[in-house]
Amino acid sequence: MSGHRRLDIEEVGDVTIARFIDKKILDEGNIQVIGNQLFGLVEDDGRQKIVLDFSNVEYLSSAALGKLITMDKKVKAAKGKLRLCSVRPDIYEVFAITKLNKLFNMFDNQEEALEGF
Amino acid sequence: MANIEEFEEIIPSDTAAGREVQERIIESLERRDFAMRDVFGVRLALEEALVNAIKHGNRMDPDKTVRVNWQVCETKVRIVIEDQGEGFDVNDVPDPTEDENLEKPGGRGIMLMRSFMNLIEYNDSGNCLTLEKVRESADDSDD
Repeated sequence: MSGHRRLDIEEVGDVTIARFIDKKILDEGNIQVIGNQLFGLVEDDGRQKIVLDFSNVEYLSSAALGKLITMDKKVKAAKGKLRLCSVRPDIYEVFAITKLNKLFNMFDNQEEALEGF
Repeated sequence: MANIEEFEEIIPSDTAAGREVQERIIESLERRDFAMRDVFGVRLALEEALVNAIKHGNRMDPDKTVRVNWQVCETKVRIVIEDQGEGFDVNDVPDPTEDENLEKPGGRGIMLMRSFMNLIEYNDSGNCLTLEKVRESADDSDD
């Protein structure tokens, strides 16, 4: 079951920008669908440079963080690169508390994320 | 805790039911004009706590329920979440921020609850969690 589209996909040069559509990434079913759509970018489409845009995201649970960690592993395994951008301060705190800001490359906005990518 | 409202709900082991009770608790805070930041932290902690109780505690068993009790007053909210599972020892949960655990799932929910709430306490058997959040502006309103 692929479910609703949960990501807006945009191509800028050789970079794929995936913007989360949901404000709340909490519901387990949603997280599963989002995870599958994210993994599909690497595993099915073979995309190598991916920016995840969080500008719509207001809430994020630890289950969603788990999917992001798996995504990071998949991208690294495919020798690709992953960047995160436009994470609002409340959500950034969630990354900082769990020290995932050390694992992910995080940028203030899309332009900065695209720079030198 | 003057002017306390207290509620209790028994919900099935179903995350949709967990989300409904979460909304009710959030509404109680919004009615009392808790700050956005407080509401953010409580919602996040509730999400983690309820999912833990339903999934890890009751293991989604339809014959088991989760008891959710909450008390709200002008200065704080106290939430008790009790599942019917075997419980666990919170000290056995690995620190997810250690370098060797950073890429592993697990442990982050409890860490987020600790960080966003003023109190998080499990009973001895580990199946009953008490969460407390003191209102951000509560200290200012006393004088």
